[in-house]
Amino acid sequence: MTLTFFWIFGVIAMGSALLCITRKNPIGSALWLVVTLFALAALFVLLDAQFIAVLQVLVYAGAIMVLFLFVIMLLNLGRPGPTDIKGPVGVLVATVLAGALLLQLRVLSQATLPPGIQLPAGTISALQQQQGMVGSVANPLFAAYLVPFEIASVLLLAAIVGAVVLAKRKL
Amino acid sequence: MLLSPALAISAVLFTLGVAGVLLRRNAIVIFMCVELMLNAVNLTFVALAQSLGLGGQVFVFFVMAVAAAEAAVGLAIILAVYRHKQSVSLQNMNLLKDG
Repeated sequence: MTLTFFWIFGVIAMGSALLCITRKNPIGSALWLVVTLFALAALFVLLDAQFIAVLQVLVYAGAIMVLFLFVIMLLNLGRPGPTDIKGPVGVLVATVLAGALLLQLRVLSQATLPPGIQLPAGTISALQQQQGMVGSVANPLFAAYLVPFEIASVLLLAAIVGAVVLAKRKL
Repeated sequence: MLLSPALAISAVLFTLGVAGVLLRRNAIVIFMCVELMLNAVNLTFVALAQSLGLGGQVFVFFVMAVAAAEAAVGLAIILAVYRHKQSVSLQNMNLLKDG
């Protein structure tokens, strides 16, 4: 049952990603990407990562895609015009290179994990039962990964300042 | 159980992102394809976190923070380029090209 739903949402994600890269209109591309992100959030729920799924909807489908749509509409790129998809040679090159990459990644995805590095079955779900869905992510985040967390906050501050400096006409 | 299909879906999504970057000329759409690749990697992290520990889910958190920062700065750069060239097509961004 879980596997069936997993494949349903996986096919939705892959199909809308394909539509996203083939739509001529950038707004169509952005909206199909939102569908992909929602399907990925559903996959995260099926993979027992409920907190990450909520973050995916809030941060990606909410904040980041609104930023993309805002810029597309600000620059008025939605109007009909010549397509930006490359010609037959470009399509051929993209297909061949992407096919080669897919073959390599397919081999990787068939690899199995050595049993020595795997946690015993049920460890993660027991941890999530004990500490809660948010707590089980927050505990390592604020203990083992505290320094990267602080660095991420500095990165976001630099991004805010950089975006203002780059987008403003005159400081 | 779900690890193998998750890795397969992630591989396909990443490939579609790469194909989009190779296929398009619109800088904003290329940016969206980069986001697609980041999301494919996030799916791999979450799938492996099921059997290798919750550090994977913590790392998805950092990937999202970097993606948000990248989107903000990248779109500001696109805005600045649009002011100079009145276009977001990568064909018109050839200042460094000889001749």
